Amino acid sequence: MFLTRDEERMLDGDYGEVARKCMEIIVAIGEVFEAKKLIGIKSAHISGISYKNIGDAGIELLRDFVKLSARASVSATTNPAGMDLEHWQEMGIPASFAEKQLEVTKSLSAIGVKETYTCTPYLSKNRPSKGEHLAWAESSAVVYANSVLGARTNRESGISALASAIVGKTPLYGMHLDECRVAKLHVQLDHAPKTPSEYSLIGYMIGSLTNDDVVSISMPNKAISSCLKALSAGLATSGRVSMFTINSKSGFVEKVKIELKDIERVKGSIGCGGEDITHAFVGCPHASLKELKVLANLLKKRRVRKDRELWVFTSRTTYRRAESSGLVSKLLSAGVKVFRDTCMVVAPLDEINVKSVVVDSAKAYHYIKRNFKGIRAFFADTRELVDFVSI
Amino acid sequence: MQIYRGRVIVKGLAAGEALVSKEPVSFYGDVDPKTGVIVDEGNELYGRPVSGKVFIFPHGKGSTVGSYVIYRLSKEGRAPLAIINVETEPIIAVGCVLAKIPLIDRIPLDFMLTVKNGDFVEVDGYSGIIKINNRD
Repeated sequence: MFLTRDEERMLDGDYGEVARKCMEIIVAIGEVFEAKKLIGIKSAHISGISYKNIGDAGIELLRDFVKLSARASVSATTNPAGMDLEHWQEMGIPASFAEKQLEVTKSLSAIGVKETYTCTPYLSKNRPSKGEHLAWAESSAVVYANSVLGARTNRESGISALASAIVGKTPLYGMHLDECRVAKLHVQLDHAPKTPSEYSLIGYMIGSLTNDDVVSISMPNKAISSCLKALSAGLATSGRVSMFTINSKSGFVEKVKIELKDIERVKGSIGCGGEDITHAFVGCPHASLKELKVLANLLKKRRVRKDRELWVFTSRTTYRRAESSGLVSKLLSAGVKVFRDTCMVVAPLDEINVKSVVVDSAKAYHYIKRNFKGIRAFFADTRELVDFVSI
Repeated sequence: MQIYRGRVIVKGLAAGEALVSKEPVSFYGDVDPKTGVIVDEGNELYGRPVSGKVFIFPHGKGSTVGSYVIYRLSKEGRAPLAIINVETEPIIAVGCVLAKIPLIDRIPLDFMLTVKNGDFVEVDGYSGIIKINNRD
C-alpha cells in the first residue's frame, strides 16, 4: 500500500503513540483488503459503546487511548450505549452496570466525539452528502449511508472507526470504489411492503441470500425513509451486505424472486403464537419523529396494560424534537416508556428482568434471540405489537 | 523442518508450540477473555488455552468485539504468541495490532495440512516465513 510521507511519519510515531497505533490499525486493515492507499474521511461513526458488548477490555482500551491524549480529528458520532445515560434507573439497570457504562462515556467525552449515542447518526448531527467518504461502524447506518444517501463507507468495526476518527483516514477499498458498488444478485419483490416492520423482515430475508456486499432490489412501490431505514437494518443483519440499489436495470449475474407467501412464511415462524408477552420494544433502528407519531396514533384511545411494558428507543436529538411538540407527553400518558441513548440490542436485557418480548424489527429479533438464550423473543408488525400489550 | 511463506499483516517475531484449529474462531464467545481458554464446545480444542501458543486457524469470524478480547488477553499476559490464518479478516487483524502479536496469512494450504498441535513453529513477521519443526 502506498503511504504519503506524512502517513509514513505518523506510522513511525512522529505524531505520537496514539496516532501511530491508529495508523497501524488502519494500515493493517488496508493490507488485508489490498487497498492501494489511504483516503481522508468526512466523518466517523463509532460502535462498541455498550458496556455489555465491550466489557472491561473495552473500558481498558478506551482508557488507554485517553491516557495517550487521543482526540478525534474529524466529526465523529457514537452508537447507542447499554442504557439511557440519564434515566438508567427507570430502565432497571443495576448500579454496577451503570458505573461501568459511565466509564466508557467518560472516555468518549475526553476523546472529543459527538456524544449522540444513536444508530441513526444521519438523523442526528451526522448526515453525509452524496459521494462523501466516511468510516462508519453500525451496519444498519452503513447500508443507509451507502444506499439512501449515496455516501461511501465500508462496514467498519468499533475500533477501526475510532482509529479513523482519530487520524481522519480510511483505506481505499470496497465501498469507496465505484467498481465494488455493483450488485451481482437482483431480488425482485412483487409484493408491495407497507410498513417499516415489513421492510425490516424483507431486508433480513434478502441479506441472507448473498455473500456479496451489494444487492439490487426491485419493488412495485416507492419506499419512504423510515421504511428504507428499516430495510437497511434488516439487510445488514443477516449477512455482509453494505449497500442496496433500488430498481436498477441491468448487469446482474443472478435473479431471485420474493413473494408474499415467502414473507408470510418467515413471519409465521418468528411470530407470537398467542404467548404471553410482558415486554414490547420498538425503535430498532432508533425511532424517528415520524415513527413516534405513528406509535402515538396507534395508541390513541388505548393504554399500555398495567402488567405489560411498551418501550420505545430513540436518539436524544429526536427526543428533544418530540418533547417540544408534545409527542413525548402523549406517549407517556398512554403508558409508553421513552428511552434515549440505548436500545434493546445492546442493553443487558437479562439484568433487567426481561423474560418474553415482542419486537417489530427483524434486527432486534435476531440479536435478542442470539444474545439471550433465556429470553423468549417474537416478531410482529408494529400494529400487532401494540395490540399485544395495550387495551 | 518445513518452510512456508505467507503475507505479513502485523509484524513481529515469535516461536513456540502450535495450537491448530480446523474451524474458524470467534474470539468473542469462543475464547474466555480472562484465561485464554477455548470455551466453544463445538471446537475440538475445547478447554485448551490459546495463551503462549502459535495459534493457527482458517480465519476469524463473529463479532468485532473479538478484537477487544485479543487485546484483553494480551493485557493479562494470556494472548497467543502469534496468529496464522489461511485468509485473515479485520477482527483478527485489529486484535493483533492492539495486542502486538505477529499475524501472517495466505500461507499455502499445504501448511494447514502439515502442521500439528505441539509442533514447534517459528514465525518471522517481517519476511513472512514460517518454519515448522515437527515434534518427532
